[in-house]
Amino acid sequence: MAKLPLEGIRVTAISVVWAGPFATQLLADWGAEVIRVETLHHFTFLTRGFPIIRPTKEMVQARPTWIMAYPNWDPGERPWNRYAIFQAHGRNKLSCTMDLGQPKGLELFKRLVAKSDIVVENNPPETMEKLGTTYEELKAVKPDIIMISMPGFGSTGPHRNYRALGANLDETAGHTWLRRYRDMDPSSASLILFSDATAGTHAAFAALAALRYRNRTGKGQFIDLAQVETLMPYLAEATMDYTMNDRVQDTLGNRHPFMAPHGCYRCQGEDRWVVIAVASDEEWHGLCRAMGSPDLAKDEKFADTSSRYQNQDDLDRLIEEWTSQHDHYAVMFALQREGVAAGAVLDDRDAFQDPHLKDRGFFEKLTHPDAGTHLYPGIMWKMSKTPNAIRTPPCCLGEHNEYVYKKLLGISDEEYAQLEKEGHIGTEPAPGVM
Amino acid sequence: MTEQALSDVKVLDLTHHVAGPYCTKLLADYGADVIKVERPGQGDPTRRFGPFPGDSPEPEKSGLFLHLNTNKRGISLNLKSAAGQMIVKELVREVDILVENFRPGVMAQLGLDYQTLTQINPRLVMTSISNFGQTGPYRDFKAADIVEYALGGPMYSTGIPEREPLKLFNNVIQYQAGTCAAVATMVALYGCEIRGTGEQVDISIMETQAGGIDRTPTMRITYQYTGDVNVRLPTTQGFASGVFPCKDGYVNMIGGAIFFHKMAAMLGMPELLQHPRFPNLIEQANPEVAEEFLTILLPWLQERTKREVWQAAQAVQMLSSAIYTPEDLVTDPHYNERGFWVDIDHPVAGRVKYPGAPFKMMETPWEIRRPAPLLGQHNHEVLGKLGYTTEDLVRLRQKGVI
Repeated sequence: MAKLPLEGIRVTAISVVWAGPFATQLLADWGAEVIRVETLHHFTFLTRGFPIIRPTKEMVQARPTWIMAYPNWDPGERPWNRYAIFQAHGRNKLSCTMDLGQPKGLELFKRLVAKSDIVVENNPPETMEKLGTTYEELKAVKPDIIMISMPGFGSTGPHRNYRALGANLDETAGHTWLRRYRDMDPSSASLILFSDATAGTHAAFAALAALRYRNRTGKGQFIDLAQVETLMPYLAEATMDYTMNDRVQDTLGNRHPFMAPHGCYRCQGEDRWVVIAVASDEEWHGLCRAMGSPDLAKDEKFADTSSRYQNQDDLDRLIEEWTSQHDHYAVMFALQREGVAAGAVLDDRDAFQDPHLKDRGFFEKLTHPDAGTHLYPGIMWKMSKTPNAIRTPPCCLGEHNEYVYKKLLGISDEEYAQLEKEGHIGTEPAPGVM
Repeated sequence: MTEQALSDVKVLDLTHHVAGPYCTKLLADYGADVIKVERPGQGDPTRRFGPFPGDSPEPEKSGLFLHLNTNKRGISLNLKSAAGQMIVKELVREVDILVENFRPGVMAQLGLDYQTLTQINPRLVMTSISNFGQTGPYRDFKAADIVEYALGGPMYSTGIPEREPLKLFNNVIQYQAGTCAAVATMVALYGCEIRGTGEQVDISIMETQAGGIDRTPTMRITYQYTGDVNVRLPTTQGFASGVFPCKDGYVNMIGGAIFFHKMAAMLGMPELLQHPRFPNLIEQANPEVAEEFLTILLPWLQERTKREVWQAAQAVQMLSSAIYTPEDLVTDPHYNERGFWVDIDHPVAGRVKYPGAPFKMMETPWEIRRPAPLLGQHNHEVLGKLGYTTEDLVRLRQKGVI
């Protein structure tokens, strides 16, 4: 395989849940050596397990959702290596364990940082201060280090140590308010974690921009990324309406500021849906043709964009009468043939069958020592001269201790054995950890 | 002038709407010299979308356009004319990166496909953003934000079980595709340094959703692991967790599972930890137990504002939030202290507050060097540098090229 563009770049990460790990996934996918520094002495909720590091089968099966998904809803002997939320980003990375709570662990961590180009972390700032791993402290051991700190609310400001998951950030970014159902309160919007994606992607961009600057000038730097602020620029249509016109926009649900019809319609089968978006008269006529309703195209009530917008409730009913008699994919294909933007709402089963994702080879088969053989979502984009595929399955806890300690840090066999005894090195969380 | 991270990077921007322009905005805001090409006459379609100051629609006052095109220079160019195509090729010689988001095949029809352009500039990185990518059976399908979310993202699992699946706010899928494209562009720029030649990046907006970390990959893996399809979940997110009404709005808190001690501390009721059922992780899965706890929590919330509840929850380090409206965002003390909102002067739209830096680089700051360009504002400057004289420009204008 061709050399990947980011080969030779080493990233050390103290990253939890999704936002930090997604940033390093993007770098790892394109060749960077990403080393996760993990601990055997503390359980971080939603990183390598839920609701505790060793849940019982009974606990998992009491409320089986993706939040606590393990193969066959069975946590198994080593649940931390089988947890779906971790497996979503763990590929192409290395894992080592270190107890940063002990002076020796902190010293080892700094030795690793001294051999790294980039540090990524997404903990509350006070956690990094307590550990003694702030930018100033790491810069002392590696003057040109690039450090990306990406807590929920950033490294400065009154909310800097506020605790949040992506769902909380979606709410304090103002997104939840704008995306709920039109006729229901915000509790109906369901919890989403979109800011993990926006933060992770912006952090990867920040890393590459800083690296370019370092390669040009020899200077590293600190990057202060508030996860919430990576989602806020996406909402400018609403926030600038406030800064320009003092207007507090409300949700449009599945509707659009000017397209109509625009929504999600029930199809034949159980919980099957299609979405349709009509932007012009031409597309409207295409929709009428697909529905086999030439009369509808002549109806004054729906003659132009503004009349369709005004009469959307009636329009939605008519469309749903038609869609509900057909399969969601059949409706999508019929509309696309007529030049109308439409898409089946894919569930998990559909996604693995979808002809387009199949044709582009999106899913890849991986064999994981503790989870077995399955298909996983693949690389997010294609580059014409750099064919790419997932190189290694999601890393197991401490899987790469030998490489990191012996090869990178030059630790002797005796010292390695001593570090195992002291609780730095291992492949299982300490017995007392919840 | 401060040096910025990408001060040495030159970009030719053939994008329009949201995804492409957000990609090149990121490059421009962190220092790249971006030349944006628009259609003569109408320009980028976002010029016709709001919000507009005083709701009066003028192409130089669109909030969406102004936001997406900061720090870019703008030229107008008819890409369907031979002279326009010639100018693109001359500019390609000078740049490191070209970003475009036309329908697949359009660049080839214009004689501006990657194979042609790479002969002019072998180091060119060409980032192509499209709805479904440059290959595959959906390549020529039409799309809108909601279509990308349905086909690529977790729309099926967003919303509540008794209702239809729910999309995200208008255009956020496009923005996210633009951010992914910016990362991909930087990766390709590194590849170019190693290999000495550029390459084409194929961004499918659908795949930026299918691979984006917000639930989709985890749900697909969950299905692989268990055979169970992820469905929309009820609004209560389990015991003592979820979105609840308070005095002036809504709050979200995660006060169940292993965090129940924090909930008890926030309420000032340590005795709850001795309750026979509340602290027990298996009992918590019982909806009746969750319901019973709400009789304690809801009255407490009704006496407090969203900001008060949020503060109280954070005082015990509980994962929590207040549900903000656009007004709450712009008036929030944290975002203001961090300087997130920035005032930008524009010759036609005047001084307006915009969303600012998505992250702060300490050595090489995010910076507004210039507001979004007027349509064709830099025609003279950019084409003059290529050697076009004032008479040439008059001639090009008469022929409708610029």
